[in-house]
Amino acid sequence: MSDPERKPVGIPAPEALALLRDMVRIRRFEERCADLYGQQKIRGFLHLYIGEEAVAVGALHALGPGDNIVATYREHGHALARGVPAGAIMAEMYGKQEGCSRGRGGSMHLFDAKTRLFGGNAIVGGGLPLAVGLALAEQMQGGSRVTAVFFGEGAVAEGAFHESMNLAALWKLPVVFCCENNFYAMGTAIERSESQTDLCAKAASYNMKTLRADGMDVIATQAAMRDAVAQVRSGAGPVFVEFQTYRYRAHSMFDPDLYRDKAEVERWKTRGPIHNLSNRMKAEGSLTEEAFLAIDAEAIKEVDAAVAFAEAGTWEPVEHLAHDLYTVNGVETAR
Amino acid sequence: MKITYREALRQAMHEALAADSRVFLMGEDVGKYGGSYAVSKGFLAEFGPERIRDAPLSELGFVGTAIGAALGGMRPIVEIMTVNFSLLALDQIVNTAAVYRHMSGGQFSVPVVVRMATGGGRQLAAQHSHSLENWYAHVPGITVLAPATVDDARGMLRAALADPDPVVIFEHAMLYPMEGELSPDWEKADLRTAKILRAGRDVTLIAYGGTVWKAQEAARQLAAEGIEAEVLDLRVLRPLDDATIMASVGRTRRAVIVDEGWRTGSLAGEIMARIMEQAFYELDAPVARVCSAEVPIPYAKHMEGAALPQAPAVVAAVRQLLAKA
Ligand SMILES: Cc1ncc(C[n+]2csc(CCOP(=O)(O)OP(=O)(O)O)c2C)c(N)n1
Repeated sequence: MSDPERKPVGIPAPEALALLRDMVRIRRFEERCADLYGQQKIRGFLHLYIGEEAVAVGALHALGPGDNIVATYREHGHALARGVPAGAIMAEMYGKQEGCSRGRGGSMHLFDAKTRLFGGNAIVGGGLPLAVGLALAEQMQGGSRVTAVFFGEGAVAEGAFHESMNLAALWKLPVVFCCENNFYAMGTAIERSESQTDLCAKAASYNMKTLRADGMDVIATQAAMRDAVAQVRSGAGPVFVEFQTYRYRAHSMFDPDLYRDKAEVERWKTRGPIHNLSNRMKAEGSLTEEAFLAIDAEAIKEVDAAVAFAEAGTWEPVEHLAHDLYTVNGVETAR
Repeated sequence: MKITYREALRQAMHEALAADSRVFLMGEDVGKYGGSYAVSKGFLAEFGPERIRDAPLSELGFVGTAIGAALGGMRPIVEIMTVNFSLLALDQIVNTAAVYRHMSGGQFSVPVVVRMATGGGRQLAAQHSHSLENWYAHVPGITVLAPATVDDARGMLRAALADPDPVVIFEHAMLYPMEGELSPDWEKADLRTAKILRAGRDVTLIAYGGTVWKAQEAARQLAAEGIEAEVLDLRVLRPLDDATIMASVGRTRRAVIVDEGWRTGSLAGEIMARIMEQAFYELDAPVARVCSAEVPIPYAKHMEGAALPQAPAVVAAVRQLLAKA
């Protein structure tokens, strides 16, 4: 592993600060989620992104407000970085109707039409064809939106991945396939599931440009994503980006995490994405410890406010159970 | 005007493609080949490869792509060669199209239309002949149609495309060459009601898709014996039009459901349950059903014929009901 502190930040300080701020926001938000899960305020599946923040933050900061995002069940970071209000996300996890999906989806299904976040999809690989379709719609309508779809390396073994890659490359669709390779799909390490563990080699077989980025370095993830987006927006077809990263926490709150070596986890923790950037900024004089603490305090304040918003939220009336099943009259009208 | 079912479908798609630039057709061999049932013959030359889009063999991929395109502002019509192959796309239809509106708290609707052929009768054996409409009709969030007449083949697509939510259309493979009289009513095709195709006072034959014509044939045979059967075409398999079903059964006091699905867990079973719930005291006899035999549909003609619901079995079921009463 190279020493990231030696690498120059290489982007203007305000931009780097914005990246840092979003990573800290996500970290503080999710740490609180874990606490709230312990208090049973949040139930169901909860998949934390802690350790992987540089991927969503770098990638989303390389996209424009009109672009489309399709994410997985591990998408709190994507929603926060995209600008979905923390309160609406937290309320969703509480199951309150002020949540960004009215409490219908929970942690795994964050939706936000305003920022073009097309879900939180909890079918592994399920978001990929959807993203291809969004891109097809864009191409057919002559627009310039790019669709970014996020998925784990586990999804690469799914048929949906291969069918989607083929369709997107065949029709030169404006999609960025963002593979968040954290090396484990639940308890299954990549060597135990992939005949070819070089995911870029696999993707390249679809006649698609591929990029690999250090997913622990937000400057690198943003740079790779900028490259990918520029190529895709120019009409040259889809790009596959592999972000190599690591989740510090268990797969979900139900996971006893028995399949990884603790030393491996500790090794990756030395490369933490937040300190990776903050240390480099400090070394270059664009960040002081006080400024860093202020960012942290601000993030904690935002999370406090989000929790208060969620706590004050209301339950959707049970009579609304079938609302929004259909658009016309909301419910099945022949009943 | 006499017209085939295939031609009615063709006209419906042609009209939609000509009227709305957001509409496009996607599926395996819909373009150069002309559609595996020749419904889209000639479309490629007229509308071009962008809108008559030949998809690779990847049912999950292209159905999911159509769903995404619908979310992205288009009005895709996606064709799947047969219901058997649609199982490869079931995930996208059930886990995405059907749930997105509800699960997103009403933010995202999926205006996709999925068409597919269904049913047996052409000696295509067990991987091309099944009737799995009920699998789809089980799922809230989608609307499921089974056009049986040329009127519906002509009219339902327009309504389906106007619907902001996912619609699945089953076209029985035996019906494509069928000729029928196109009535001016085709323009009134809705996505909610069942329809009485033949009035009768003694028994209601409830059918959909291909079995509508088996029921009609049975009704003709019964008429020769002086038994007046009413034939009810369900048209819409989800949501079921309980009101029309109960009104008819309330008049005739007897019902036989003719369903090409397998009996166990069938749509016929669902309709029987609803009649029990809503019209039990109107009945003069137990409700009966004629379904497919519980075997994979075999190849040999006589065996296939024996596996599928046929008019004589419907006639026999009716006679038995009347004998019991
Ligand atoms: C189709 C499907 N199969 C299985 C699961 C159960 N499951 C949920 S997450 C997961 C692991 C996915 O790993 P990966 O794609 O690498 O993403 P990560 O969780 O590491 O972010 C599995 C097996 C699922 N949700 N969907």
